[in-house]
Amino acid sequence: MKIIYTDVLVIGGGLAGLRVATGVKQRGHDAVVLTLVPPKRSHSAAAQGGMQASLANSKMGEGDNEDVHFSDTIKGSDWGADQEVARMFVHCAPKAIRELTAWGVPWSRVKKGEHGTIINAQKITITEKEQAHGLITARDFGGTKKWRTCYTSDGTGHSMLYAMDNKAHKDKVEIHERLEAMALIHEDGRCYGAVARNLMTGELTAYVSKATTIATGGYGRIYSISTNAIICQGMGQAIALETGVATLGNMEAIQFHPTAIVPVGILTTEGCRGDGGLLLDKDGYRFMPDYEPEKKELASRDVVSRRMTEHIRKGKGVKSRYGDHLWLDITILGREHIDKNLREVKEICENFLGIDPAVDWIPVRPTQHYSMGGIRTTFKGESQTLKGLYSCGEAACWDLHGFNRLGGNSVSETVVAGMLVAEYISDFCDKHESSVNISSSKIEFFVKKERDKLEALLTKEKGEDTYELRRAMEKIMMEKVGIFRNGDDLQEAVHALEELLKRSKNIEVFRSKSRAANPALVNAYRTQRMLKVALSVAYGALLRTESRGAHSREDFPSRDDENWLKRTITSWPNENQTMPSVSYEEIPISNMELPPGWRGYGQDMTKHHHETKMRQKMVDTVKENLEAEGATRFEIQNALMPYLEKLPQKYRNKNERLGEKR
Amino acid sequence: MSPDLQETRILNINILRFDPYDSKSVPHIQTFKIKEAYGMTLYIVLNEIREHHDNSLMFDFVCRAGICGSCSMLVNGRPTLACRTLTSKLPQEITLAPLPLFKLIKDLSIYSGEWMRGLNERLETWIHDKEEELNIDKLEQRMEPELADSIYELERCVECGCCVAGCGTIQMRPDFAGAVGLNKIARYHLDPRDKRSDEDYYELVGNEDGVFGCMTLLGCEDVCPKDLPLQSKIAYLRRMMIKTTMA
Repeated sequence: MKIIYTDVLVIGGGLAGLRVATGVKQRGHDAVVLTLVPPKRSHSAAAQGGMQASLANSKMGEGDNEDVHFSDTIKGSDWGADQEVARMFVHCAPKAIRELTAWGVPWSRVKKGEHGTIINAQKITITEKEQAHGLITARDFGGTKKWRTCYTSDGTGHSMLYAMDNKAHKDKVEIHERLEAMALIHEDGRCYGAVARNLMTGELTAYVSKATTIATGGYGRIYSISTNAIICQGMGQAIALETGVATLGNMEAIQFHPTAIVPVGILTTEGCRGDGGLLLDKDGYRFMPDYEPEKKELASRDVVSRRMTEHIRKGKGVKSRYGDHLWLDITILGREHIDKNLREVKEICENFLGIDPAVDWIPVRPTQHYSMGGIRTTFKGESQTLKGLYSCGEAACWDLHGFNRLGGNSVSETVVAGMLVAEYISDFCDKHESSVNISSSKIEFFVKKERDKLEALLTKEKGEDTYELRRAMEKIMMEKVGIFRNGDDLQEAVHALEELLKRSKNIEVFRSKSRAANPALVNAYRTQRMLKVALSVAYGALLRTESRGAHSREDFPSRDDENWLKRTITSWPNENQTMPSVSYEEIPISNMELPPGWRGYGQDMTKHHHETKMRQKMVDTVKENLEAEGATRFEIQNALMPYLEKLPQKYRNKNERLGEKR
Repeated sequence: MSPDLQETRILNINILRFDPYDSKSVPHIQTFKIKEAYGMTLYIVLNEIREHHDNSLMFDFVCRAGICGSCSMLVNGRPTLACRTLTSKLPQEITLAPLPLFKLIKDLSIYSGEWMRGLNERLETWIHDKEEELNIDKLEQRMEPELADSIYELERCVECGCCVAGCGTIQMRPDFAGAVGLNKIARYHLDPRDKRSDEDYYELVGNEDGVFGCMTLLGCEDVCPKDLPLQSKIAYLRRMMIKTTMA
């Protein structure tokens, strides 16, 4: 048996994983990163539009700060987010972006003087300040009060990931490529690493570590059409679930992005609308102002996706052989702007649609895009139930996004969570309690279990066809667990998925019998795990009888704080279960800085919690009194919901901004 | 022509197959007949073959959107990204082979990650600066907007390896940095945050495995899926190197 020992095992080589690895390395701990693909090919590279950080450099970002970013994020989450985590995040986002600047990201910069832009279909001239010249600029994104999304053209994720991976090279982080984590090694509520399979040779290796971090991204590929890379299959969530100890949070919270191209589902960035692009229907009519007069195309993603779907249901969609779609019109931005700031979008239009977006409208429709749910952790990124297991980025639910993530907050989260969690892990590894106390026979037990499962798949006869199960799952998720949900469909989905899961225990890998590189074998074991993830999503959605953020129930259209201001917690305690176990975690109002309110979209149908009024009153009183005393915004914030002490010491300082007193 | 009026073609997809981990495997061409569909890309073709004809066929896709650089292969002899190659732009006979020069994993799958990592480590493709002085609480370092744009222009490389496969020099000099490497040096040379001197760069690529090895055949520029200005950047580096040695 091959065993590799390290201090910190990081599963996943995207932005979050690499940031954790370099962080713990800096603190003197060894790290090994396991990754399915070369890190620079991770899904982080596909983030186009930008990273939110309240730098307030550009004219339209003036007046922005942590408070505004915080409020946008909490409203965006439909009050599902953990407000302390959100505070930690908005405080550290400017630090993370400045760090990345030093590591080489060529952020687009403010140019002093006048420049033209498009706002609400009107040509506007903006004058940038002399003092801001050469600082990082920002564009507009949905659901934000200020222009806060920093970018490098529309290749932001690519630039961030390249800088991060290069930094990992520099720091000599060990990267083990084309390795897949198959199971977590754990004993007595403590995680000690993972069993990994080499995707080229088929060899199984036990990686034994003090701390293990899952940073494997989301689970979009349980849907047949998704903007996600094809490796975003929820394997991190699945192996955590399969420990029977670790838990997942809010798995039913799935985001649909308004503008993926039809039919293939490739993303065109929110930057298209942020920069002034419009949504049009089959008549070329701009419909969003009718539904959302204030934010129009730049309402939060969940809202725009629902409005588009409603409009299509009214018969206003454009008919195509791949179903109805709407148009995204960026011709109004002009060729120069598209060539400079929307280059990936242009390439995608040319290569996949054969159109020129400076002249032609782009066929789009809402498509699965982001997983708000994931491995449930504390604010330190540690599993609440399995010590030594950490998770961050899209893989985790620590819980920054609640039931809807703002555009630009995801890549931002990867690097902020990565830098924080690296510190908490390092603190853990510094302590005696982190020592590895597991026998080699127990490690052997976990390796053998995986080997036996693989053998069973390869030697089984007259079993089930993986593709049949996989396609059935994807179809159920698309049709019954989509943008609008209802009890009948969800009940059917849960039943059907449970049946598929039972059948998946009997999968046979036909013909392709290699124990080394074998895509059929990979598809087989991943499909078994994806079904558990899909069931967690569908079952969570069935049980949640309210509408919150991206979870929209036609039979329960109101947000119901009295009964549902809570997180869904999913586990799989017994491997013979055919359904997940679900429980709930209250989201306490008593310490909220921003008590539940109305997000400002459509009609307010919220069923408020009985404590909300009281808390709001308390918050208002504290604010009034402190403001009267001339307190700073920091003092007021601290009086309402102190969070600074939760941050590592080195990240507690205030952020410098142009024109703001420190 | 409207897509509905087009006659549906049956494509002959010829794939060079080989499994180096199987002692019985010999390299051979296998042909699959696939019915063409509207908007079909090689990503769709290859997945259809895997799902309906041969589930052991190995290939690499990640983003399937032309962004990540995983799926480079020879399409009728030319290195390119398969995911964004529409079959409608190809003849009925389509021959697919793995990119040459990289270690073969199986069929169309190559180990380009290892090669690129080696290159990045050799050329030290990161910002060289005194990091301990970095204060992330303060305003970021300023940069001229046009300069940031020019750096981004070169940073758009996705390390797909097409330029390596299209390179004549590398056939003779296996340690040649290739256009991918030289472009990275041009990118860091342009970046004022990287404090390496011209002499430092000369040490790295001022030799025949670097910028003086290039035979100016420029296959790299012809096949670069991101249309990077490789020709002008190699020329620029040469001038810079000569100036450095003359100084």
